[in-house]
Amino acid sequence: MSDTAHDHHDHRPTGWKRWVYSTNHKDIGTMYLALAMVAAIVGAAASVVIRMELHQPGIQFITDFQFYNVLVTAHGFIMVFFVVMPALIGGFGNWFIPLMVGTPDMAFPRMNNLSFWLVAAGLVLLVIAGLIDGGPGTGWTVYPPLANADYHPGMAVDFGILALHLAGASSILGAINFITTIINMRAPGMTFHRMPLFIWAMLLTAILLLLAIPVLAGALTMLLTDRNFGTAFFSPEGGGDPILWQHLFWFFGHPEVYIMIIPAFGVISEIVSTFSKKPIFGYLGMAYAMAAIGVVGFVVWAHHMYTVGFNVETRAYFTLATMVIAVPTGVKIFSWLATMWGGSIKFDTPMLYAMGFIFLFVVGGVTGVTLANAGSDMAFHDTYFVVAHFHYVLSIAAIFAMYAGFFYWIGKMSGKQYPEGLARLQFWITFVGVNVLFFPQHFAGMAGMPRRIPDYPDAYAGWNMISSYGAYITAIGGLLFFVVLWKTLTSKETVAANQWGEGASTLEWTVASPAPFHTHEDTPKVGSQPAE
Amino acid sequence: MQNYRKFNLGFFTAGMAFLATLFATVMSSGVNAAEPKPWQMNFQPAATPVMEKITDFHNLLLIVEVAIVVFVLILMLIIIVKFNSKSNPEPSKTTHNTALEVVWTVIPIVILIVLAVPSMKLLFFMDKAQNPEMTLKITGHQWYWSYQYPDNGNFEFDSNIVPDDEIKPGQRRLLEVDNQVVIPVNTEIRLLMTSDDVIHNWAIPAFGVKMDTVPGRTNESWIKVTKPGVYYGQCSELCGINHGFMPIAVNVVSKADFKKWTVKAKKEFAKVNDGPVRVVKMKSSATAEIR
Repeated sequence: MSDTAHDHHDHRPTGWKRWVYSTNHKDIGTMYLALAMVAAIVGAAASVVIRMELHQPGIQFITDFQFYNVLVTAHGFIMVFFVVMPALIGGFGNWFIPLMVGTPDMAFPRMNNLSFWLVAAGLVLLVIAGLIDGGPGTGWTVYPPLANADYHPGMAVDFGILALHLAGASSILGAINFITTIINMRAPGMTFHRMPLFIWAMLLTAILLLLAIPVLAGALTMLLTDRNFGTAFFSPEGGGDPILWQHLFWFFGHPEVYIMIIPAFGVISEIVSTFSKKPIFGYLGMAYAMAAIGVVGFVVWAHHMYTVGFNVETRAYFTLATMVIAVPTGVKIFSWLATMWGGSIKFDTPMLYAMGFIFLFVVGGVTGVTLANAGSDMAFHDTYFVVAHFHYVLSIAAIFAMYAGFFYWIGKMSGKQYPEGLARLQFWITFVGVNVLFFPQHFAGMAGMPRRIPDYPDAYAGWNMISSYGAYITAIGGLLFFVVLWKTLTSKETVAANQWGEGASTLEWTVASPAPFHTHEDTPKVGSQPAE
Repeated sequence: MQNYRKFNLGFFTAGMAFLATLFATVMSSGVNAAEPKPWQMNFQPAATPVMEKITDFHNLLLIVEVAIVVFVLILMLIIIVKFNSKSNPEPSKTTHNTALEVVWTVIPIVILIVLAVPSMKLLFFMDKAQNPEMTLKITGHQWYWSYQYPDNGNFEFDSNIVPDDEIKPGQRRLLEVDNQVVIPVNTEIRLLMTSDDVIHNWAIPAFGVKMDTVPGRTNESWIKVTKPGVYYGQCSELCGINHGFMPIAVNVVSKADFKKWTVKAKKEFAKVNDGPVRVVKMKSSATAEIR
């Protein structure tokens, strides 16, 4: 009897069944990371094509402007829903939540499998959407009436809606799994106030997902019925209102930006603490700052809509509410700096990326204050200044957190040592590239250049050319990443269970590298760390 | 290995210093113009009281923001120099400092309050015209604008882009239109905006105006242009295939010239909407239907 139980315990499917039927959090995490990398190639290719088109004034090679709009839309959708979320939440979350809270797997392993395959199916639908009926040229915000059947006949937008529905369902299931695992399956001794900040970040992200995604799902369904079944939720001629869509979309969309960046906060906190060889400074402040950002994130959505024609009191409220967010984000920045202060810091690649993240996040954060003010936003709304802002604070910062997390954990995930010199070179190329890419866009935006245009007045040529060179440099950094990945996976150099030494105090460093198929079969006990 | 690390850190600091300088140069102001200029780093010169106030407020914001970025950069540089594993082999064990944590929470709050006061003043000032002397109605279409002068004879006309192959030397590509909006200088003008298809956005950077034109809604804004001249803007809300090709050009003239123009325009545009449909070929397979 005990033998059978033992056999069952060690059951480990092989071949394609191991992946397709997988209920193992590590394999599912790996699949999420692989999906994010595949999607990142597509999404980054779209952005490089956009930058090549914008390299000079005049039309370079995109003669179909609908195709240009489809590229802009696809870049946004793919990067948000199929790169950043799968990598930071699905990838690192699945891999390291069970390892860090000290449990063998996620609470609902089969639902975990479903989460992954739903998002994979969503990506397939999105690619189909881009290839049929001219594609969705709506931008990732999908504003009706442009997204209505009148202006986007054909099935492209419908496929896009269904792609987001699947990605959203995947996120809701994943969120339920994360919340249940973190609340119920922590090792004895790991109270809420002793959870690593990465776990705090994943818990808060999951809660945000659970509250925000259903609103998106509702709005998408209303748009779907508007398009296909004669409803008029967003059509003024039927008594509806296009602005209603914007409210619903941004009620989801603003928390969504925190859904992307709070996991990054978690990753960066772990790395900063590990490489400084110090516990995180102001642990409770850090945890509750993330919670505060999440809460306030739900009441600031209309700062994306300052030009829709609100009355002035509404804009005043959203200005003041938005400015509040600067306080907890400031707490996070200063706590990271204070953690490093007095530390004995090794500037390996994960730490370089973490410091790069902090710098990018501060630059993007201060321009966020500019945009938060409804008065001054009048000059910036829908210009390249906004493009620069959100790429700094969110997109590139999230990508830096992904690179940082990859280099931090690849030893644990693969058991192999990444090539340090090449990885640092990859960091420097990327860091220079993204700044050359996005900093000039502040100037183009201040001069008045609107977003989402395939050609621009000749005066904007200079900054656009520099920005395009930045895109090429960043793309070289991206390609070099895949070289680093290949060299790591084929490397003969292995790493120890705790490759980072005394600073790495979380539970994933107590298991072997690479982490065995099943871990924490004996429940670990947690002492006073990491909180005190 | 150690040398290699040092080399990298040098690069890191140099890169950050470069960016800080670049950021600071945003503050140097551009030359006088009503259109974007090559390598421009700042706003177009303000032509309305609203844009003047936006520029002033932004100058305040920029000082505060550059100071914050520089402060964080300095802290990071000190950390890189003083607290690397070579200079500081023994990490400190400090993880709390309540006073410090209170300070870095309270100081940002104070800064935000200081910023919020002028922000609110600006917002309420720019909201609506107090004593409008005339009204201009603006309607967005895929992909052109139409303008109506309800209290100057109620004539209406369309304003289309001058396509690239019809641009004359000295004209601004993608900014010129066939019929410019003509308005009088130093006159408080109420702008009423709507759309007859998708959402567009009527924006002139030098005026500090940017307002969505939404089907089924009428949005209100205002301008009082203090300097005569021609001002340019572009549609600022993604509105479909030719979103990048529906510019706005406003010719601000003296009040007397405006009176003369309305007389002429009333005749010229009396029957504009009965004209034949003309199809303008952009440098693209997409076409814009223009009346």
